[in-house]
Amino acid sequence: MIGRHRHCIALEDYSREEILEVLDLALSMKEVLRRPLKKVPTLRGKSVVNLFFESSTRTRSSFEIAAKVLSADALNWTSTGSSVSKGETLLDTAKNLEAMRPDVIVVRHAASGAPAFLARHVRCSVVSAGDGAHEHPSQGLLDCFTIRERLGSLGGRTVTIVGDISHSRVARSDLHAMGKLGASVRVCGPPTMIPQGIDRLGATVFHDLESAVAGADAVVMLRIQHERIGDPLIPGTREYSRYWGLDVNKASEWLKPECLILHPGPINRGVELSSDVADGPHSVILDQVENGVAVRMAILYLLAGAGATAAGAPPEKATA
Amino acid sequence: MNADAIGRAVARMAREIVERAGRGAADLAVVGIRRGGVHLAERLRAEIARATGTRPPLGTLDIALYRDDLAERGRVPVVGPTDIPFPVQGRTIVLVDDVLYTGRTVRAALDELVDFGRPRRVWLAVLVDRGGRELPIAADFAGASVPASDGEDVLVRLTEGGAAEDVVVVMRRGS
Amino acid sequence: MSDTLFIEGGRVIDPASGLDGVRTVIVRDGRIAEVAERVERPREARALDARGKWVTPGFIDLHAHLREPGQEYKETVASGARAAVAGGFTAVCAMPNTVPPNDNTTVTELVLARAAAAGLARVYPVGCISRGQKGEDLAEYGELKAAGCVALSDDGKPVMSPALMRRALEYARAFGLPLAVHEEELHLAGAWSMNEGPVATRLGLKGTPAQAEEVMVLRDLALVELTGGRLHLQHLSTSGSVRALREARKRGLPVTAEATPHHLTLTDEEVARSGYDTDFKMNPPLRGEADVRALRQGLADGTIDCIATDHAPHAVEEKKLEFDAALNGILGLETAFAACLAMVREGALSEQRLVEALTAAPARIFGLPGGSLARGAPADVAVLDPALEWTCDTAALHSRSRNTPWKGRRLIGRCTHTLVGGRLVHQQGGGR
Repeated sequence: MIGRHRHCIALEDYSREEILEVLDLALSMKEVLRRPLKKVPTLRGKSVVNLFFESSTRTRSSFEIAAKVLSADALNWTSTGSSVSKGETLLDTAKNLEAMRPDVIVVRHAASGAPAFLARHVRCSVVSAGDGAHEHPSQGLLDCFTIRERLGSLGGRTVTIVGDISHSRVARSDLHAMGKLGASVRVCGPPTMIPQGIDRLGATVFHDLESAVAGADAVVMLRIQHERIGDPLIPGTREYSRYWGLDVNKASEWLKPECLILHPGPINRGVELSSDVADGPHSVILDQVENGVAVRMAILYLLAGAGATAAGAPPEKATA
Repeated sequence: MNADAIGRAVARMAREIVERAGRGAADLAVVGIRRGGVHLAERLRAEIARATGTRPPLGTLDIALYRDDLAERGRVPVVGPTDIPFPVQGRTIVLVDDVLYTGRTVRAALDELVDFGRPRRVWLAVLVDRGGRELPIAADFAGASVPASDGEDVLVRLTEGGAAEDVVVVMRRGS
Repeated sequence: MSDTLFIEGGRVIDPASGLDGVRTVIVRDGRIAEVAERVERPREARALDARGKWVTPGFIDLHAHLREPGQEYKETVASGARAAVAGGFTAVCAMPNTVPPNDNTTVTELVLARAAAAGLARVYPVGCISRGQKGEDLAEYGELKAAGCVALSDDGKPVMSPALMRRALEYARAFGLPLAVHEEELHLAGAWSMNEGPVATRLGLKGTPAQAEEVMVLRDLALVELTGGRLHLQHLSTSGSVRALREARKRGLPVTAEATPHHLTLTDEEVARSGYDTDFKMNPPLRGEADVRALRQGLADGTIDCIATDHAPHAVEEKKLEFDAALNGILGLETAFAACLAMVREGALSEQRLVEALTAAPARIFGLPGGSLARGAPADVAVLDPALEWTCDTAALHSRSRNTPWKGRRLIGRCTHTLVGGRLVHQQGGGR
């Protein structure tokens, strides 16, 4: 990431070394979060704009805190509903925003490829906070960070991702990052939720939960959307939770004792995870939240730490 | 400076620190500035322990996030670990670095240190003062004065860092 | 005083007459007077030096969207006709999904009038299969034919109701009109933005499976068997469709088919490679390697009869959006020859078959005049330089729109002169 990437849009674009660089940096950032005074002057004078077209309190707050701990100015620009329905195109919104000279735009959008589209048309750095079903790079990184923190490394580990893989950007980002770090990744869900060609991205496909989590070092449970319209992939959440949800019995019988349970949130308690598992000994879900801020601090530092602010003269070589 | 001279300098500085601390020696803490000050801080701490009978707490500061030159850089500096495992409040902190030059590193370290709490006082201990200050910063304790020009680098190599023996070298930059 | 033009020194490729060789084409009074091997040119006759070039019948496009009436900001009949002749097309069939759609005499006559006023490529209107393209009731085929429509289509949309499709096939027989159909099972397709497959998975885009096309192709082949109607499958894009068609041909079903230059040369990988560039978004979407191979094989062996561009102009505001939101469609008239010539260079298609697929075959399918350089035929001629290198500069396109996947690319092969009825309606300067 250092030097080569001006944006953080897809973990598919990053090498193993670049991913490790972010994770190592996030360690230092986590230390800052544990200090009595949670502030460093590093991004003073820099501005980070959160451009969220999909509502999301947690990710947006996480980026906002990350920016503020680094002393950057954080601004939220939320636009619910599609930009097209509001009459202003994504491009216009971005251009208007860019005229205010932010250093980083953090964007979340329902359309896959929206951050890439933005990045082509603005001069500042673009960080994707999730685009459609494509990627959610900071989530993938924080999942890796969380697992590494507990287990030492991802090399040789087995990670199982359970849920609606076809619609999940978290699954794709996890798959790319964990694969590059040497983990073997399994995906598990009903056949309707497993997209074509996911094996080409390195995943082994399972439909049976018990065999999918057997021997796994970490399990990432994805949120199952109730809000599906038009093309239902499952008959309902009852059957889903029976066959693909984790409750305390399945957890104690099927999971290794040291197996970690992750979830990107928000949890549908009782559907993919029962409350006692979500709050139980395997769960590192709250660690994920803390680590999320550290990882996002690392991303912002790498993209905006060097060079003059966008309001000043642009640096000679506009990298980092 | 050769290994002997370095050893004697560190021991001398430790004695001076303890002497100046007087009865406040119990409140001493040693903090090494990454990366050059880390091993020196360990040595100094060991010497202080030898002199007082108690080991003062040891910390490490990485100043990357506090640098004043980020705006001129094309790439961000690597951030190393910072670890201050003791409360800073009320202590006499001995900030340690290998070479004191422009003073900017120390300025950054001071800013970072006070974000951890309010020390009673901060003393600066360096192995080598090479002159060339750009800020009003002075060493309270210095091992040696090694004046060098702008085109030269003053490097401290210690065995903990893999050198065959401790040595201070002055070399032409870029050579 | 006859106005005579000698097109000299070119390699005449006229599959309709079985001709491929260096000849002189003599155009007189708007018609082909003669195609001769060695002939003296009288001093008062004009000459067009075609040495090193191909001389073919003007290309005929069975599938283009000229957007007039109603969406003139994207294209008009005139600008579309201009783009056509720039690409070597002397005839274009205008799809009826205009605003209002072409399900009546008025719109048909408007299109013809605009084309006549432009005086460039011939424009043959295509009428709707269903009234308003709503997929509910039959349009008035007799009226449409009388007004000048050469075929019927609900293109843009499939005819979802099998019952309606059956009636349309039967009713159209009375007027000898072929039905050109867009094959897409909308429920199976879902809300998609590209081909379903590993690339869509990687990009996180909703895909439509190849079978959404194939299922409708199979349905309509069965309906042709039931009704004996004339069916023309538009923009085939999948190997499954080619397979179904080949099998139906063996049983002697009167079904014809077209494929577009983009489906014959590009795969869905382009969407990834280009970073979600919406100039690679169209309906049907770009498919996989195996589909491209099957289409090429089908074109070479005649299963797919002809090439048609599905020229679909859209304004910048409609394309310069996030991928999901962009409209489907790309330009095709001005780049078709270069794009398809690549297939010849790669050995997937012969030069003669390429020309046939752009001339004699489309003429035959819709029963259109042209498509050959036979004596007495209207002098619709294309002179093409198969070696000319040029860069596709969107600013230089004759279309009103700019949505082409070949933008900025270095292309080989270009039309240098186009004659319609003996008039020189297009001339291209040197390569850039």
